[in-house]
Amino acid sequence: MYNFEFKQPKTIFEALTALKSDEAQALAGGQTLIPTMKQRLASPSILVSLSGISEMKGICKNDDGSISIGGGTTHADVANNPNIFPGLITLAENIGDAAVRNRGTIGGSLANNDPAACYPAAALSAGATIITDTREISADDFFQGMFETALKEGEIILSVQFPVPTLSSYQKFVQPASRFAMVGVFLSNFDNGTRVAVTGASEEGVYRWSEAEVVLNNNFSEAALDDLSIEAEGMIGDIHASKEYRAHLVKVMTKRAVTNAS
Amino acid sequence: MPNVKMTVNGKAVSGSVESRTLLVDFIRNDLHLTGTHVGCDTSQCGACAIHVDGKLVKSCTMFTIEANESEVATIEGQANNDGSLNFIQQAFKDHHGLQCGFCTPGMVMAALDLLKINSKPSELEIREHLEGNICRCTGYHNIVKAILAASGQDTSSIAAE
Repeated sequence: MYNFEFKQPKTIFEALTALKSDEAQALAGGQTLIPTMKQRLASPSILVSLSGISEMKGICKNDDGSISIGGGTTHADVANNPNIFPGLITLAENIGDAAVRNRGTIGGSLANNDPAACYPAAALSAGATIITDTREISADDFFQGMFETALKEGEIILSVQFPVPTLSSYQKFVQPASRFAMVGVFLSNFDNGTRVAVTGASEEGVYRWSEAEVVLNNNFSEAALDDLSIEAEGMIGDIHASKEYRAHLVKVMTKRAVTNAS
Repeated sequence: MPNVKMTVNGKAVSGSVESRTLLVDFIRNDLHLTGTHVGCDTSQCGACAIHVDGKLVKSCTMFTIEANESEVATIEGQANNDGSLNFIQQAFKDHHGLQCGFCTPGMVMAALDLLKINSKPSELEIREHLEGNICRCTGYHNIVKAILAASGQDTSSIAAE
């Protein structure tokens, strides 16, 4: 890995100042960025660590019932917090492995928007709001394709606000070597309907499966999904799974999400 | 070069490192604590697993400078004060939980982490907690057995067939 200048701001303001340089890159838990730098796929000359900023960590329940999770909160802290709803607990406690969960953060995962990451599915399904240093972005507008988000240069995720679904479930078909999702489906039920988000499957990154939402709004059951079919076109095909297999998995995992929603 | 100081196995240490120096390299090359291994260097294998501020982490996926002012625990600090094996190490020995031993430091650190969180883990919980630790010798069976035994539980349910 090439060397770099390392900055450890203690406040959001200091971090934003350090990130103003064109050469600067934010570092969250580093569980993706450090391996990427080892491979020289990224070689920032300034690295700005966000992990020393205490105001970006923690979880709280808001007056309207929603939950706010600081961008620097680790997966382990989300998995072990009593305010978190069932689908999100399942998701957080199954990211990577125990050691990765102690370092990786929700803000880092969302900002990276890996097409096989788990958190984008939760944010999109639950209709979360991503709160940055300058604005609030709805999850529907935030994810813009593989590794692409609405974030601008130097903009950082301070927190993520999740409405709490009445029922939720996350079902992941694990790619056993990486522990990323071969296909992952997050389902959230609200009084005004169901939202289904799929990760790991599409070449466009995380997406909502709107056909499934329509049929589940009429009849919330596994059987309601029977008549739906998913095109293999546009799915990711690689050595781990073909396009057809991933398309098949989307429906299987959505059915499991319906059955296991709690 | 940035200066760092931390406590490693209860002892204060300091050094001067490049920003890019991984924590595992500082531990091995500067502190000469070579029990922490580098198996894959890609965050997969867990041979470099240690505790930082009481939490299990992969020391190949953390910069030394990120551990500044931290409490670090490595395999070298795990034996009992009289030098005898601690209860997890002894259980690994008793149940043949290792063969070549390369993964063992990481396995022991992961097992310690698990038993701190969950004093009586089930077989499934043990296997889940070891997902980030790869062993190419044992097939995991005897490692799981050793951890069950170390936590005072019956191991007959996973006896070899």
